[in-house]
Amino acid sequence: MAQSDVMSSFWRGVRHGVPFILVVGPFALLFGVIAAEAGLHVTEALAFSVVVIAGAAQFTALQLMGENAPTWVVLLSALAVNLRMVMYSASLTPHLGGIALWKRGLVAYFLVDQAYAVSILEYERDPDASPAVKFAYFIGVVLPIVPFWYGLTAAGALVGAAIPPELGLDFALPIAFIAMIAPALRTNAHRAAATVSVILVLCLTWIPFNLGLIIAALGGMATGAEIERRYGL
Amino acid sequence: MIEQTEIWFVIVALGIGSFLLRFLFLGFIGDRPMPPWLLRHLRYTAVTVLPALVAPLVVWPAANGGETDPMRVLAAAATLFIGFWTKNVIAAMGSGAAVLLIAHYLP
Repeated sequence: MAQSDVMSSFWRGVRHGVPFILVVGPFALLFGVIAAEAGLHVTEALAFSVVVIAGAAQFTALQLMGENAPTWVVLLSALAVNLRMVMYSASLTPHLGGIALWKRGLVAYFLVDQAYAVSILEYERDPDASPAVKFAYFIGVVLPIVPFWYGLTAAGALVGAAIPPELGLDFALPIAFIAMIAPALRTNAHRAAATVSVILVLCLTWIPFNLGLIIAALGGMATGAEIERRYGL
Repeated sequence: MIEQTEIWFVIVALGIGSFLLRFLFLGFIGDRPMPPWLLRHLRYTAVTVLPALVAPLVVWPAANGGETDPMRVLAAAATLFIGFWTKNVIAAMGSGAAVLLIAHYLP
C-alpha cells in the first residue's frame, strides 16, 4: 500500500511539473544564447546549467563576467541571488528532513524555484503525508523539467541567434510565479506577508548584490509570523 | 571576451556554493525538531520570496529597458486576480499570457 502511495505521489508530481517546461524551456534557451554571445563554448554553457542549475544566478554571473567585474564580485553577487535557496531549504526541512542523507542531497541539488514552489504548496495541502511520499512528489516534479533545462541551454548556445525580445518571453517567469502564489494567499497573514515583502523589495532596489530581496522576504516572513502569533492561522 | 580559466573557476565555485546554500538546512538539520517560532516564520517563505523575486521584474522589466510597461503590469494583475479567485494556476497563467498576446497584436 505504501509503495503505491509513493508511486501515485511521484506521478502526481510529474503531472504538476510538466507545465513548467514551458517556463524553464525559454529561460534555458535564453541563457544558452546569452552565454554564446558572451563568448562561452557550448560545453561551458552546458556545464553552467548542469553544475550551478540556478537560472537567475547564472544570468547574474554571466552579466558581471561580461562587465569584467572581479571574480569575487561575480561569485558573491551570484551567491547572494541564490541566498533565497537557504530559505527554501529551511522551509522544506520539516517535510523532507526524515529521508536518507543522499536523498536530501539530491533534493538540494534539484532545489530550483519551480520545484520548490510546486512542492511546498503540495506539502501544505497534505502535511501529514510521509517523507517518502513527499520525496517521490519532489522527484516527480523535477524529472520532466531538468532535461529541458540542460538540453535547451545547449541548444541556445548552439543556435546563438538572439530571441526577439518582443515575444515577451522574459515575462513567462513572473507570470508563472504570480499564478502559483496567488492561490496560496489564503489567510490575512499570508496576504500581509506577501504585501510587505513586495513593498520592501521595491523600496530596497538600491541595496547591492540583490540583498534587498533577502531583507524584503525576512520582513514579510516576520509580518506573517507575527499576525499568526497574535490572531492564529 | 571572458577568460577560459575564469569561466571554469566561476562554474565550479558557484556550483559548490549554490549546493551548500541549498543543503544547509536539509542536510545539517534533517529531522531534528526546529523551534515553533522558526517554523512559524518558515510557513511564509514561499509567499514572500517569490513575490519579492518577481515584483521588480513586473514594475521595471529589463526587456523594456527598465521602464514600467503598463501591459506587463496589467498582465501581472490579471494573473494575480484570476489565480486568487479561481485558485487555478493554469487559468491564471493563461489570463496573463492572453493579456500580453492581445497587447502584442493590437496596433
